Amino acid sequence: MTAALEHRVERLVRDLAPQVLGAMVRRYRDFASSEDAVQEALIAAVTQWSRDGIPENPRGWLVQVAQRRMADQLRSESARRNRESAVALTTPHAVVPATEGEPEMDPDDTLVLLFMCCHPALSPASAIALTLRAVGGLTTPEIAKSFLVPDSTIGQRISRAKQTIKTSGIAFVMPDASERAARLGSVLHVLYLVFNEGYTSSSGDELHRADLSNEAIRLVREMHKLMPQNGDVAGLLALMLLTDARRFARTGPKGELIPLDEQDRTRWDAEAIAEGVALCSAALAMGAVGEYQLQAAIAAVHDEAPRAEDTDWPQILLLYDMLMHMTDSPVVALNHAVATAMVHGATAGLALLEPLQRDDRLSATHRLDAVRAHLLERAGDREGAVVLYRKAASRTSSVPERNYLTTKAMRLLE
Amino acid sequence: MKYMMILNTPRDGYTQYMNWPKKILEANAQFMQTFTKKLAAAGELVGAEGLASPQEAKLVRAGKDGKPITDGVFAESKEFLAGYWIIDVDSPERALEVAAEASLAPGVSVIGADGTTIDHLWIELRQILGGHKDLG
Repeated sequence: MTAALEHRVERLVRDLAPQVLGAMVRRYRDFASSEDAVQEALIAAVTQWSRDGIPENPRGWLVQVAQRRMADQLRSESARRNRESAVALTTPHAVVPATEGEPEMDPDDTLVLLFMCCHPALSPASAIALTLRAVGGLTTPEIAKSFLVPDSTIGQRISRAKQTIKTSGIAFVMPDASERAARLGSVLHVLYLVFNEGYTSSSGDELHRADLSNEAIRLVREMHKLMPQNGDVAGLLALMLLTDARRFARTGPKGELIPLDEQDRTRWDAEAIAEGVALCSAALAMGAVGEYQLQAAIAAVHDEAPRAEDTDWPQILLLYDMLMHMTDSPVVALNHAVATAMVHGATAGLALLEPLQRDDRLSATHRLDAVRAHLLERAGDREGAVVLYRKAASRTSSVPERNYLTTKAMRLLE
Repeated sequence: MKYMMILNTPRDGYTQYMNWPKKILEANAQFMQTFTKKLAAAGELVGAEGLASPQEAKLVRAGKDGKPITDGVFAESKEFLAGYWIIDVDSPERALEVAAEASLAPGVSVIGADGTTIDHLWIELRQILGGHKDLG
């Protein structure tokens, strides 16, 4: 077995997983057992193909094996019921599906599967775990490692999610147009959370967490292929690419945080930026502009500046103005204040922060203090900045961020 | 987001606990088991442990030769760690909810020696430090 073959097999299996699962669910209408059967087929495929090579029709192979596993499951289930029920002694059961042929494939199956896994009835954590497993083809231990929790925790989240889907009676069909828009919102949000989790550089297992960002990008890319005319999908893909492009420049050799204006821009991924910018422009041209497109556009303006001082802040401020009309997110309001400070001066930015101090949603975070410290520093109030940098440092739940804010305060005291 | 829920006990907490009526002790064991099982089933439990009595605790540090020097527990300590849960939840609100539920142990009202009902336990809730997010 060569490493290259093994790698190709893993990629292929992961790509085919949602298609096979989609086909199985459409046929058997039972998400939980279909998922188990497909999971077993995927494991069998990795072992067998890595040893004997990839079969001519890998998708058909997977479906065949999954169907056989499903038949086995149904058979043992029925045998169990037979043992438990006296009536069964006289009632023969049909346990094998009528045909063993390949059910027709529908590219929309992947989408339906995503809609199912990201159903609003599921908690975000459950939806994330289920999506990564069912659509992403990741194993439970892989997902557990990514979130730094025990396998059993993720296992429970997945089985609970499957149970919720079963009891809610969500049918495996494309939701109708009116519902699709709302459901698409949940799907994109879940994928955004997956990306964010991966992008969070942790003192833990960084490689695995980076994998989560790649997985999120891969899934949104698949969605974009299936619905190329959807501006929100294109916008989210652009946002992820434009953010991920800075991944290698945003932390120093010791894992320390490097803010955007101090990053070595030659380390940004030019290819990802080019793709993100093109996608973003196309998404903005599709009409109805949503939050993801605007966030992507802001990321694009940053990424297109060769040096921090070349950043087109008036344009960024304009984009934040638009975002402010679309959402009441306090985080957007904070960023809007920063952009205002960059265009009209620190005092103007600080004035915008005033009302935010009464916003309960920010009172539990360190963000407001950190932004105020930053603007006070720009306005020349070193003492005020030190106090707030330290306050923010003591309140953040992120180690690199805490170190960054503490260092900022220390430098001002020198 | 991950949190540690910390259960502290006063200095004589373990002795008091030993003197609880059998019924309350059983109710407490049942409560803890059910509560922890429920957290696990929800996929929110990362880990949980209870600690042995602080009477057996040792304070340890390295001496000049690097060998351990031990001492008893600080006499002035008013409270000791009795146990903890680590949970992974969707929101700070959910963490508060879970901690409040933990504080209900032993699940039945405990009447103290002076005839008054003992209040629910305080649970200390602390967020666990993680990495850094640029988005959201």
